[in-house]
This record gives sequence, C-alpha cells and structure tokens, in this order.
Amino acid sequence: MSDLHALTAREAGLVACRLCSRVWPGGTPRCARCGAALQSRDPLALSRVWAWWVAGVMAYVPANLWPMIAGALELWAGGARGVALIILAASVLIPLLKFFAIAYLALSATRPVLLSPHARLRLYEVVEYIGRWSMIDVFVVAILASLVQLDVVASIQPGPASLAFALSVISTMLSAQAFDPRALWDGIERDAAAPARAPA
Amino acid sequence: MALADLVACPRCDALWRVPAAAPGTRAACARCGTVLISPRRHAGMAIVSMSLAAVVLVFGALWFPFLSVEVQGLGHGATLWEVATSFAGGPLFVVSLAVTAAIVVLPLLRAGLLLYTLTPVVFDRPPRPLAAPAFRLSERLRPWSMAEIFAIGCAVSLTKVADLATVTLGPAFWMFAALVVVTVVQDRLVCRWSVWQAIGRA
Repeated sequence: MSDLHALTAREAGLVACRLCSRVWPGGTPRCARCGAALQSRDPLALSRVWAWWVAGVMAYVPANLWPMIAGALELWAGGARGVALIILAASVLIPLLKFFAIAYLALSATRPVLLSPHARLRLYEVVEYIGRWSMIDVFVVAILASLVQLDVVASIQPGPASLAFALSVISTMLSAQAFDPRALWDGIERDAAAPARAPA
Repeated sequence: MALADLVACPRCDALWRVPAAAPGTRAACARCGTVLISPRRHAGMAIVSMSLAAVVLVFGALWFPFLSVEVQGLGHGATLWEVATSFAGGPLFVVSLAVTAAIVVLPLLRAGLLLYTLTPVVFDRPPRPLAAPAFRLSERLRPWSMAEIFAIGCAVSLTKVADLATVTLGPAFWMFAALVVVTVVQDRLVCRWSVWQAIGRA
C-alpha cells in the first residue's frame, strides 16, 4: 500500500501534460511547452475506449467469418503447420486476447479487481505494443496479391475480409490509445480515502 | 518550487522533482517504472542521421523489387508500389490507402518532421517556429508508422509461397530490414523530455 501511494499531480492541484510530462496549475487548458490539450482526467475517456472497442469487435466478426480461419486450416492440412499456427495466433488468438484485455482494463478503472496496478499497467503496455502487429495479416495479403499478379502460381484476390480486419485492428488500436493508464492508479487514492476494509 | 522543476509521470500521474540525470543514465518513475528522462550525449546528431538514413531507405525501397517469384521460367518481382496498390478497385481501395500510409507515407513524414525539429537543435540554432507542433505530430503518428511490421510480413509471405515457387528476397527487402533497425535504435535514442526542453517555449 505505502509503496503504491505517491503524490499525484492531480492531488497537488496541478494538471500534467501526458505528451511532454510538464505540469501546470490545475485548469490550464493547453500545455505552453508542447501545445497539447490538457485535462487532468477526461470523463469521456472510458466512453471512447468502449466506443472503439465495440467498433473493433463488430469489424472483427465478418473478418473471421470470411475465409481467414478456413485458410489457416487449409495450410495446416497442406502440411505448413508452422505458418498455419502463426496465422491463427495473429488473426484469432491475439485479437481475442486484446479485446478481453482492453475490456478488463476499462472495467478495472471503475471497480476493484484482483490484479495490482503494476500488473495492469504491464498488461496495458503489452496491448499497446502488440496492437500494431496485427496489421501484419493485411500486409501479407497485400504482398501475396501483388506477388502472384501474373498468375504464375495462382491468382490471389484480396477479399472484403481484409478491409474488415484492417478496420478491426485500427479500431482496437484507437480503443487502447483512448485508455488513460492513470485511471489504473486513481483507485489507490480512492481506496485510501475510503474507510479501510477488514482484512480477510 | 517552480513548476518547471517538476515532472509528472504520464502513465500514473505521480509527481516528482526533475532529477539531475547525467547523460547515459535514465530516470524512471519510482511508482510505476515508466522512464521519464533518459538523456544521451550526441543523441540529437544520431537521431538526425537516422532520420536521413530512413528517408534514403524508404525511397530506395520504392524502386527495387521486394520479393520475386519464379515458376517454370516465368518470373515476377513485386515492388513496394505494387504491394501498396494491390487492393485497387472498389471499397478495398481504402485498404490500399492505409497500407501506403503505414509503410511509405508515415515513415517518410516522421523522418521529415524529426529532421525539421532536431536539425537546428543539433547545430545550436534557435528552434524553428513550428518545432513544437511538428514534434507533437511526429509523436502522435508513431504507432501508425509500420515499416518494421511490413518487413516481418514479407518474411511470412516468403514462407507461404516458398513451396509453390522459387522466391527470392529483393534489394528492397534488405532496405526495409535495415529500416527496422534504424527505427528501433532511433526510438530508443529519443529522450522526449530533452527534446521538449530544447524546443519548447516554456
């Protein structure tokens, strides 16, 4: 508890710039050093997280009803098991884990959860880092399509699934970016202010 | 105490006194571990050189083939341009735009913005009038510049068609591989705090 608590800019009546880390008196609208808009805690941040999250999930469903899983299964049957596993991990497992992770983080901002803020910040950093890497699927389709244009191997036509998948990846990235990790730590001050719970 | 002597952690809002970080050391937030300040000697010059290298590599990669396929004497080399426009036609045109932006336009734009921001600083000149918005834009675009992801995508594509045809990696692939290294090293070198100290107005 004591090692988790720190004096925050908000408690000190200041507002911190999330872009350049400079602090200003509370209520300052714009950082005079870097020009970024300042807001101590954006009350709409979580709504934005959920809005992009829903958009990401909605785009993800058609992306995988289309032949992405079928393609991976075909590769598996054809003996290219390593590639099939990579495709499955990148297009099914990682997106699903990302959706769960963002939802968990967003929920943890408003209610007590088991994981410590440290563990949740680590989770947030992993989600933020991995998000961009899902675009690899879209790139692979683009590369293969241009590579076999001459029908020397086979004709590959990118289908509408690639558009849906790209939209899903972009929405998920925006959802993660909309999340303010400071919300993970605000619970500490909130709990400290509340009467102590009886130890279990 | 002046507010300029304080630094707030962007990830957990903890407030600290700006530490006297010597070049080569890093100051991290004592609560969450986020690196706040990590100055390095000659970092500015290194970043400027890396940005120039990135511009050269992306331009070079545009003209050479990435991968070439050959089956029974019939060959075809795919250039970056063909890859980016392979979704042409219909609503998939949007995907083409996104791919072009992620692998060509944004890496070039970011390199340009860093050159604009940091070149005067490196040569001890006053910062340019739009240095702050330029660096802010460069920071905002960072997650969307995906050259390194594209390079890995090339390697995956290679293994996918390797059974069907003879595939060779073209010069552009190696340029992108070099770009990956340049991008990673550059991101490690940039101490955002030091840049804002150098170009900020307050």
